[in-house]
Amino acid sequence: MSPQTLSEKIWEQHLVRTAPDQPDLLYIDMHLVHEVTSAQAFESLRLAGRKVRRPDLTMSTVDHNIPTLNRDQPNPDPLSSQQIDTLRDNCKEFGIPLFDMFDPRQGIVHVIGPEQGITQPGMTIVCGDSHTSTHGAFGALAFGIGTSEVEHVLATQSILQSRPKTMSVEVTGTLGVGVTAKDVILAIIAKIGVDGAIGHVIEYRGDVIRALSMEGRMTVCNMSIEAGARAGMVAPDETTFEYMKGRPQAPKGADWDTAVEAWRKLPTDPGAKFDTEIVLDGSAIEPHVTWGTTPAQSVPISSMVPNPENAVSDSAKETAERALVYMDLKAGTPIQQINIDRVFLGSCTNARIEDLRAASKIVLGKKVASTVSAMVVPGSGLVKRQAEEEGLDKIFVDAGFEWRDAGCSMCLGMNPDILLPGERCASTSNRNFEGRQGAGGRTHLVSPEMAAAAAIAGHFVDVRELVGKGN
Amino acid sequence: MQAVTEVIGNAIPLNRADVDTDQIMPKQFLKRIERSGFGPYTFFDWKKDPDFVTNNPAYAGAPILIAQQNFGCGSSREHAPWGLEDMGIRAIIAPSYADIFRNNCAKIGLLTIQLPQEDVNFLMGRAEELPGGKLSVDLASQTVSVLGTEWQRHFEIDAFTKNCLLNGLDDIGLTMQYDDEIETYEGKRSQLLPSTAAF
Ligand code: SF4
Repeated sequence: MSPQTLSEKIWEQHLVRTAPDQPDLLYIDMHLVHEVTSAQAFESLRLAGRKVRRPDLTMSTVDHNIPTLNRDQPNPDPLSSQQIDTLRDNCKEFGIPLFDMFDPRQGIVHVIGPEQGITQPGMTIVCGDSHTSTHGAFGALAFGIGTSEVEHVLATQSILQSRPKTMSVEVTGTLGVGVTAKDVILAIIAKIGVDGAIGHVIEYRGDVIRALSMEGRMTVCNMSIEAGARAGMVAPDETTFEYMKGRPQAPKGADWDTAVEAWRKLPTDPGAKFDTEIVLDGSAIEPHVTWGTTPAQSVPISSMVPNPENAVSDSAKETAERALVYMDLKAGTPIQQINIDRVFLGSCTNARIEDLRAASKIVLGKKVASTVSAMVVPGSGLVKRQAEEEGLDKIFVDAGFEWRDAGCSMCLGMNPDILLPGERCASTSNRNFEGRQGAGGRTHLVSPEMAAAAAIAGHFVDVRELVGKGN
Repeated sequence: MQAVTEVIGNAIPLNRADVDTDQIMPKQFLKRIERSGFGPYTFFDWKKDPDFVTNNPAYAGAPILIAQQNFGCGSSREHAPWGLEDMGIRAIIAPSYADIFRNNCAKIGLLTIQLPQEDVNFLMGRAEELPGGKLSVDLASQTVSVLGTEWQRHFEIDAFTKNCLLNGLDDIGLTMQYDDEIETYEGKRSQLLPSTAAF
């Protein structure tokens, strides 16, 4: 057989049916469900008299619009509360397990999958959410779908998909001190653009990727969609197995060894061809900050807000000009002189335990600037608990951060956690679109370390200087 | 899904690149549990600007939207196509689309037509100058034409999607015909894979 890439192998292994002039029918190993994109799918199922084919391969939680404060009080927003109640009713009716609001395991859907060991190498995973690409960090083929497709998967445990193209993104060298997975993915998106990977599955490769922890790989894969990719993946290796071992749904005993043996066969074969290949020098990557309203509009911390006149095309120039107006920034302003009002440490990109540990190291013994209000929203109830066991909550609270309950929170502000018009936020999330964190709000995407450092200083700073001083 | 064969009418020129689904349907409207009624919320924040193109009465009720590259990027929310459909859009013409958005449109019978940049620019300019100028999109022959002129272009669409759209087919019903094959697959599937039954 000719050499195959990781994603091609998984594709082949999940083919239920393939026919000329038709998309392939792929089996779905795990379907994750949350409150925002499922109600209409369940309703249509009901109307058509259809059942959920495999409730045992379906998992749900509430994350997008639950409050991160005072959950025991009545929800201040009746619409949010209706959506949460609807999911609860649907899960009950169709027999789907749910990590509900007070379950200690509740959390952002892309955090709980890996945490529970239901994200495993070689699987196909879908969810009505574009950041499903996160699960690709384990060597799974994981992608976001819309509500009509959610309904299709609920009814048939399969999905119709046309075969994507493949893209290799190789990051060579070693990352400098203070440079993180977030900076790697921001640099990649800045290079290939927000539509650079349309129609492709990205496989991240190279020494920098291999050296990343699972948390770091999840951060990278998470933002694949921000480059337009169908999915992002990293081949499984010892780091993957180490992370998975002992998780609730990971195979146990002899089954573990059998599973690992199968997983070792997944990585891309030597000589396999990708449709597109990109190489980045990881050693040259600096901490990045976005200045505009797309995730591709980012620059190294040492530089300045770019001049739209230097844009590569007329349309890029126009987009940049519009972004500067929205962001209220002037070309040529050094990034380190941009003052911020808010800091959001959270989201499925950067709210896992390692992210909180890294940020807490920067914060330890310091105080949040008087002009800044800052909050930490752990990615899941279990991340929160672990952080508390390690005393990280105290570090944040002592510094003046708010310490919240798990959820999506201000990543998209469907709950009460939003930016006010004109407020400027250093955020560890993944989207800086206009109004994403609140109408009129201005978002700068950064790593947890950079967000923490900005919280203390009141403006962006080069975190490498702090880390370098043995902070 | 409703069948789509032909769309005839004027076009709204939305001359912006990388329009994300947060702009098409802001998150405060994602809390509804219905599928219809999203039209009034489409481009909610942009519409606050009186000069925004959809506020121009000349484009009221236009069934075609012309957009720039990477239209529909960002979130997978189908609420964005639902909103466009609810405001009366039946076909979109752009140089490129985000993958999930394009899939979502196909599932609800909203045509997404991809044309080369220069053709989109031409149609964009024309729609800006002649707000009432009519286009015709014909799915069977896969053509876009400017009515009253010779201008016509062919567009690509995969055979499966075309057939589903032309006949208004429900793809869940289609897949259910392959139930045996799904069952056979399930029989061979590894027993080691995770299950959520224990939760
Ligand atoms: S944290 Fe943000 S990006 Fe992630 S699933 Fe929630 S809303 Fe989406």
